[in-house]
Amino acid sequence: MSRGAALAEGKSNILQSVNTALADALAEDEAVLVLGEDIGDAEEGGVVGVTRGLSTRFGEHRVRTTPISEQAIIGAAIGASLAGFKPVAEIMLMNFTTVAMDMIVNHAAKLRFMSGGQTNVPIVIRTMTGTGFGSGGQHCDYLEAWFAHTAGIKVVAPSSPADAYGLMRSAIDDPDPVLFIENLPTYWNQSEAAPPGHRVPIGKANRLVEGDDVTILAYARMIQEATPAVAQLAEAGISAELVDLRTIAPWDRDAVLASVAKTRRLLIVHEAVTPFGVGAEIAATVSEALFGQLAAPVKRLGGAFCPVPFSKPLEMAFAPRTADIVAAAQQLVGHQ
Amino acid sequence: MENRLSPDADTQLGIYRRMALIKANDERSRKVIRSGRLVMPYYSPRGQEVIPSCISACLTDDDYICTIYRGTHDMLAKGVPLRDLWAELAGRVTGTCKGKGGPMHITHPASGVMVTTGIVGSSMPIANGLAWAAQLKGDGRVTIANFGDGAANIGAFHESLNLAAVWKLPVVFVCQNNEWGEHTAYEKTSNVPVAARGNSYGMPGIRVDGNDVFEMYDAAHAAIARARAGEGPTLIEAMTYRFHGHVFGDADGYMDKARKAAALAADPVPRFRSHLIDAGIADEATLAGMEAEIEAALDDAVEFALASAFPDESELTRDVFGEEVAA
Repeated sequence: MSRGAALAEGKSNILQSVNTALADALAEDEAVLVLGEDIGDAEEGGVVGVTRGLSTRFGEHRVRTTPISEQAIIGAAIGASLAGFKPVAEIMLMNFTTVAMDMIVNHAAKLRFMSGGQTNVPIVIRTMTGTGFGSGGQHCDYLEAWFAHTAGIKVVAPSSPADAYGLMRSAIDDPDPVLFIENLPTYWNQSEAAPPGHRVPIGKANRLVEGDDVTILAYARMIQEATPAVAQLAEAGISAELVDLRTIAPWDRDAVLASVAKTRRLLIVHEAVTPFGVGAEIAATVSEALFGQLAAPVKRLGGAFCPVPFSKPLEMAFAPRTADIVAAAQQLVGHQ
Repeated sequence: MENRLSPDADTQLGIYRRMALIKANDERSRKVIRSGRLVMPYYSPRGQEVIPSCISACLTDDDYICTIYRGTHDMLAKGVPLRDLWAELAGRVTGTCKGKGGPMHITHPASGVMVTTGIVGSSMPIANGLAWAAQLKGDGRVTIANFGDGAANIGAFHESLNLAAVWKLPVVFVCQNNEWGEHTAYEKTSNVPVAARGNSYGMPGIRVDGNDVFEMYDAAHAAIARARAGEGPTLIEAMTYRFHGHVFGDADGYMDKARKAAALAADPVPRFRSHLIDAGIADEATLAGMEAEIEAALDDAVEFALASAFPDESELTRDVFGEEVAA
């Protein structure tokens, strides 16, 4: 991991891309606000510096550090959005959304519907998570399925700097609440920077590698695990198609079904625990739509069904790894 | 109380009109439910008429309120039209929310009713956001967060009061202490007055007789003026009494009989009515005429609601998002 390494020309990382997207949105639209714990420059611009520079540039009235009060943070974002603002609220870690679930699930997600469309809640909830830093059971869960299970909230999880920029701009533009999940351990990975103003549409997957034998569907850090797996499979003579879901809710059914209709095999990979996860929903949908065309049952790889463990070997074994993906894909292709 | 700001005669009449409307609306609601013409969860605000009637007398149409499931008094005082309200209570497409919100989720931005929540304590965090918006725009709007004594023991209360004080938001927290949190007495759930907690967060916390128009008006006026002037939030604990059980159909066996009888005997609505006559502000005929107009408006609203169509099933997928999204 190249934490804090200088960015090469034309390159960015997810941390910087989110920062730039927020800065560009704040500069373009007075209605955009940012709030959350430690986000101001007096507090060093966030615990890992995602919001660094924003309060200095745009003022503490628009980029506002809050008490450690997640219900108050999301409530303030909701209320300001009802009055015409576009707040981006940071809930530092995804596990901390648990103490704001009433505001997110009962209010942000439902006010448009319950008001019969009279009000809407155009907020973005930024949150970071992910195993790999040895933070144990309460700081790195992937809880996206809970939110995807709630009507009225969109969920995105970029895996690259360009997508992080483009999805953040789209999330801020969006008239409804968007949960924006940032993977902490891969914040500093560099790749192509997005051009200013770039938008990645919410609800659109991205085919990263074209292939014929098996579709590997992943998102967030699992793309980092799946990318070398695709190369290893190619060496073994298996042509894998890698699709980055990017948006979890609403997910790109058309793109996934088109890919699986071609390859006839689907492997879904996510860091969240497998039972009742995003993979279950996608597997059910694909099985319903393509029953009879599939060459093998849909396969899911996810986190072990346990709290995230602290001990390094256990933490490493918790989430799917490249070798697991290779083995599962080989099993699918070997299935006749 | 010295230096108390008293409402002038017109304001007093306006306050009474709201109180009479709330009382009549409550009686009509109970009657229509009992008759079987309407099925809905109903949380009666009877006994709490004075509080929102005085508050709304100090607000403009542009000011915001957030209220809770026991909130028809707050909505009516703020000006939600009767037809729209009743159609929503009846789940009809002509309702404030096309019938999709129902009695616990009335929203009517045109009259400033921005959120009605069915979750105890959840009006306050959102009220802060509305107040933050007003602060950023500098438009002078004030937001009222209504809640009950039960909500004062929820975490959101503490988070919200703290944030409002730190950010100096133009919000007034109105705790309508009706002595009951669902089936449990306030005295059993808290050792201190709710008002005392204001001081903990650095804002004025005042306890007033919420059934006394003059005390309530004075407190509301001062708190709203303070918020509008940019001087920050106030916590008002308005002491009142819930005349009925928690929800319609609740036999209220847990409520002390003598205490309840005393509260009913001190009903603030006829009490204030008598005051208006005794003080020469209105005569019997004027008030009776006002009350008859309210009854006629209720007749109209109920019939309008019950004659209205139910929403089409296509509404299930509409308004989930701005654009319809397949599940």
